[in-house]
Amino acid sequence: MGLSEKEFLELDEKAKEMRHLILDTVQWAGGAHVGGSLSAADILTLLYYKYLNIDPGKPDWEDRDRFVLSKGHIGVGLAPFLADKGYIDRELLKTYNHTGSSLGMHLDKNKVPGLDASTGSLGHGLPISLGMALAAKQRGKSYKTWCLLGDGECNEGSVWEAAMAASHHKADNLIAMVDRNRCMMDGSTEDVMALEPFADKWRAFGFNVLEVDGHDLKALAEAMETALEAGDKPTVIICQTVKGCGVESISGDYRYHYASFDPEKTRLFKEEISSYHAKRREEKK
Amino acid sequence: MAGLTYTILDATNMSTAEVYGKALEHLADNYDNVVGLTADLAKSTKIGVLAEKHPDRLYNMGIAEQNLFGVAAGMASAGLVPYVSTFAIFTSMRALDQVHTDICYQNLNVKMIATHGGLSFGQAGSTHHCTEDIGIMRTMANLTIVVPADGISAAEAVTAAYSKEGPVYIRLNRGYDQPVYDTSECDFQIGKSIELAEGSDLTIIACGAAVYRAREAASILRNSDGIHARVIDMHTIKPIDRDAILKAVHDTRRIITVEDHNIIGGLGSAVAEVMAESGKACAFKRLGVPDTFSIIGLHEDLMAHYGFDMNGIASAARELMNRDFEEDDDWDDEL
Repeated sequence: MGLSEKEFLELDEKAKEMRHLILDTVQWAGGAHVGGSLSAADILTLLYYKYLNIDPGKPDWEDRDRFVLSKGHIGVGLAPFLADKGYIDRELLKTYNHTGSSLGMHLDKNKVPGLDASTGSLGHGLPISLGMALAAKQRGKSYKTWCLLGDGECNEGSVWEAAMAASHHKADNLIAMVDRNRCMMDGSTEDVMALEPFADKWRAFGFNVLEVDGHDLKALAEAMETALEAGDKPTVIICQTVKGCGVESISGDYRYHYASFDPEKTRLFKEEISSYHAKRREEKK
Repeated sequence: MAGLTYTILDATNMSTAEVYGKALEHLADNYDNVVGLTADLAKSTKIGVLAEKHPDRLYNMGIAEQNLFGVAAGMASAGLVPYVSTFAIFTSMRALDQVHTDICYQNLNVKMIATHGGLSFGQAGSTHHCTEDIGIMRTMANLTIVVPADGISAAEAVTAAYSKEGPVYIRLNRGYDQPVYDTSECDFQIGKSIELAEGSDLTIIACGAAVYRAREAASILRNSDGIHARVIDMHTIKPIDRDAILKAVHDTRRIITVEDHNIIGGLGSAVAEVMAESGKACAFKRLGVPDTFSIIGLHEDLMAHYGFDMNGIASAARELMNRDFEEDDDWDDEL
């Protein structure tokens, strides 16, 4: 299946629009986790505009697909999607990180409709997602649970505790995705704490493993569809991404894990994003 | 208590955790959203009983406590009511980040039934003693904390926890507890302490294994010393029964707290906070583990060693009775 040409163009436009909104939100927030938000933006675009079976009018709908943002520090990358989908007022984004706002660096599920888990401390999302997936089986529900992890986060032992248990308990309704941007706070993932051979690790833990360019919407869509149809195992999609993707002057630079910039810089970065998407559309269509 | 028919005779034949296991089985019979989770301690914590009738409702996560509590959080957010059992020390420390962030912060309906509390696994040493959990757990917002005195009250607590929306921590012991209640006398409500003995000379406020010792001590004091000690089973540590404490301060002006826990941070501290904020002076003594890692030994022996068995409590009471109070004309002002 994958994406039709029309879908590809629409989704690429949406991804661009969301990257712009993420940059605006980072600026309104006075600084936020921009690098990992931009690396995850294409993944989130496909989830929120194509694959998640959700209804913004009924955020607590029992049969909805679950999405857990395990790399909880990119709340600033997720909140624009929740606003654009209509879960929260778009104007709220302008209060991001402000005292008393319902939106802060790490989003709170009890304050943000549409959010399935409060995350921030790393290594928590996969166990929570596994609980949701097992609950679906226990309650005879057919929803899927998607979990987006950071790659640096996969240093945490609890990720592998959950991976072991997901495979043991045959959570074939669980889809983990890793935003493999190869950066963490102190440098490259391979310099700080090597993850490779990363795919082999997941395979050894009993997962179906898919590896894909996390910025190739068509390939990413195909991987997501493969994951949705996978058999008796949990699936992980390792998405090869670029930190800060779309803003050429910062992309791939681990120092842009967290950054703040003024309106002028935001404008320049948005121009870079527009160029990036124009180029990508030409290459991929 | 709905569905439960245990008597004191049944309870004396079962360890406290076994009674808990049976209570959980009854809950699972009645509510199909009840599930159990453990981390390779299905037998030790007795949660394994659940699998006898409901094998598809017990999840073993292996020796991986962080995942255990994270999974429970996910299950609760998807409509199940998970009862999670591992040892108290692993619940309150090994997986504390998950308990804090996944369960308490999200205010999820997870029931943590932590066994081997206090010094009850005495011979295992401090790696398996748990004399810090009440202090740690008391600082978790949204969390209800219950420390039952015996098997019957453990069953009551486990059952009551189902109806209490939100996270609950219930601390049980390893093995057998001396019975304090039979079903006819245990009027268990979360947040409401139980007065086990009347008295106006001093009040002994206890929880968990200390309750039986407190009641025995009160009996010695009454029969041998003519001291009439009120005994309160403060089974719910949070939210604590402020009214019972304030009444004890007012009526007896002498309070002893007794707990199988470090004297810092637990029941004694919780009572002291209420007392200090009342503005009323009161002679006060905390009994428990005196801020030390315990020696190894049998639970009974350890309680005696640290002075919170029945003789230790009685001695502390006599000492407290010798303290003088100055007359205070305003004592009755605010009650």
